[in-house]
Amino acid sequence: METPYKKRTPKRRKWESFPGRNKFYCNGRLMMAKQTGVFYLTLVLILVTCGLFFTFDCPFLALELTPVIPVIGGVLFMFVLGTLLRTSFSDPGVLPRATSDEAADLERQIDVANGSTGYRPPPRTKEVVINGQTVKLKYCFTCKIFRPPRASHCSLCDNCVERFDHHCPWVGNCVGRRNYRFFYMFILSLSFLTIFIFSFVITHIILRSHRSGFLKALKDSPASVLEVVVCFFSVWSIVGLSGFHTYLISSNQTTNEDIKGSWSSKRGKDNYNPYSHGNIFTNCCAALCGPLPPSLIDRRGFIQSGTPQLAPPTNGISMYGATQSQQSHMCDQDQCIQSTKFVLQAAATPLLQQQSSDPVILTASTENGGPLPGRTSLNLGGPCTSLPLGQPTPPTSTPSLSCHEASDMLPIHGHSHVHNHGHTLQEPMAHHHFLTPEEVPSPPGMLPCGSPMGHSHTMQAGFYNPASQDSLHEDSVRGLVKLSSV
Amino acid sequence: MAREFHNLQELRHNASLVTKVFVQRDYTEGTVCRFQAKFPSELDHRIERTLLEETVKTLNSYYVEAEKIGGQSYLEGCLACATAYIVFLCMETRYEKVLKKISGYIHEQNEKIYAPRGLLLTDPVERGMRVLEISVFEDRGSSSSSPSSSMSSAGSSAR
Repeated sequence: METPYKKRTPKRRKWESFPGRNKFYCNGRLMMAKQTGVFYLTLVLILVTCGLFFTFDCPFLALELTPVIPVIGGVLFMFVLGTLLRTSFSDPGVLPRATSDEAADLERQIDVANGSTGYRPPPRTKEVVINGQTVKLKYCFTCKIFRPPRASHCSLCDNCVERFDHHCPWVGNCVGRRNYRFFYMFILSLSFLTIFIFSFVITHIILRSHRSGFLKALKDSPASVLEVVVCFFSVWSIVGLSGFHTYLISSNQTTNEDIKGSWSSKRGKDNYNPYSHGNIFTNCCAALCGPLPPSLIDRRGFIQSGTPQLAPPTNGISMYGATQSQQSHMCDQDQCIQSTKFVLQAAATPLLQQQSSDPVILTASTENGGPLPGRTSLNLGGPCTSLPLGQPTPPTSTPSLSCHEASDMLPIHGHSHVHNHGHTLQEPMAHHHFLTPEEVPSPPGMLPCGSPMGHSHTMQAGFYNPASQDSLHEDSVRGLVKLSSV
Repeated sequence: MAREFHNLQELRHNASLVTKVFVQRDYTEGTVCRFQAKFPSELDHRIERTLLEETVKTLNSYYVEAEKIGGQSYLEGCLACATAYIVFLCMETRYEKVLKKISGYIHEQNEKIYAPRGLLLTDPVERGMRVLEISVFEDRGSSSSSPSSSMSSAGSSAR
């Protein structure tokens, strides 16, 4: 272990080989999601609006009314910025992936429990009773763990996150256990700031109009018009969002759970939230002032030579383009046939024979590794729309302003809740929320994460029919032959 | 006669790893960090049941202490909020302090109880709080350590 000479190759830090789709800055100190464009938009909007306010409105207001106004504005602005940066740059509570030893151990246990070595094992779930409620723990094929309760896999960041709330493109990060309180503080303080700026800009215009008329007032202070417009639209969305999250905090639910109606009484009269502490005050205190667990992923630690290898993820059979190590697994003839079979069966054979060089499969075979889910789902756009899935039309692959579908349970919510400041407050909960599918597809035969097809649990039943195996086998072999000729 | 490993260094350098046993998380109390008290059958002939159960129970109590929602955590939370969370740059959170205590406890347990029996506990924090990993090393004296089990662990890591 101790060498007399310094090693030539510099020691790499763990963040450099982090398996998820995150971006790291400042040598691993800051972490964000991959798509950060919308975050910069948020930053620009806040900075520009506040900058205009302090430059054009505050001097007048400080003189006419009181100098306390810019001071309060300044404090609010700093708080908003601080909480935004904290939300965006911190680890939301990512669960590190299982080591290969752990994964192997779990697989052994699952095989023992299932007792069958059938063609495809059933979806992996574990049931646990928490406070009298039965909760299903799902197995994550990417991270190779049974997800703890309330954890969810974010398909955009490709990580399992503890107490997953939602993926927020506006802060450029997931919102989970470790940064929920910063997120809440951010939207709360932003609501106050927006209302503050809005009301004082209106006051400014009114005071000026008393002196020199309305139109002249607008001409003297053109920036105020822009501020009013931005604030007017922001107020509706941000205040609504704060209200919604206040409700969530007081009932100790996550956005994910609320949207799926996990603890709704509509599901059954015995359905209640087992995580709630009973009263609103305790729930709020627990969420905002509870202990803050440290990050589990040790971004800045150095990679030791003896560290256990991470288990490569498997999505049942199809992890096309997921990681390099996939190729070694995915070239397994058996699995290739099975996945081809699935695609063929889903699309109805005649249809697929026309488009035999399915981009989906092509991507898989030509992919040299490295996760490219964006590309994969883009390619899905073609065959997907023609597939009679009975699922809502899959969204485009650009994650920033569109939503991935939530689980198949509530398809209504799977649609484009495109975040838009102009969006009026009809469904406050729909705002701002990036609905990510809860899991990387667990039933085997499903296409990789990000694919809406991955959610059809109901479809699973039809595919493991050994009777139709032979006819499909022929078709799939035909498909494979066409593939290999490309 | 079983060879006694007198310290951790000896264990790490001389012994060969046979297999790893994992104590999984117990979620029956919610999302609080807690490990199952169930005794793994693979360790039947390696360590007394009560010793491992005692270790797991102590660890669970430490985690409860770390995640306790009470006066001190509220104070810490409010102070942090009031200082825009800058205070965390200079101060260690209570959770981190307890994790340090746990790390010390595990090291002590390894030295006193587990290493002499050819076992090694890994701090759950190094495994993302998913499992309590117990490495089982070759017990030179006993004939029960079979090459097949070491091959299976080698085979699984090659997968």
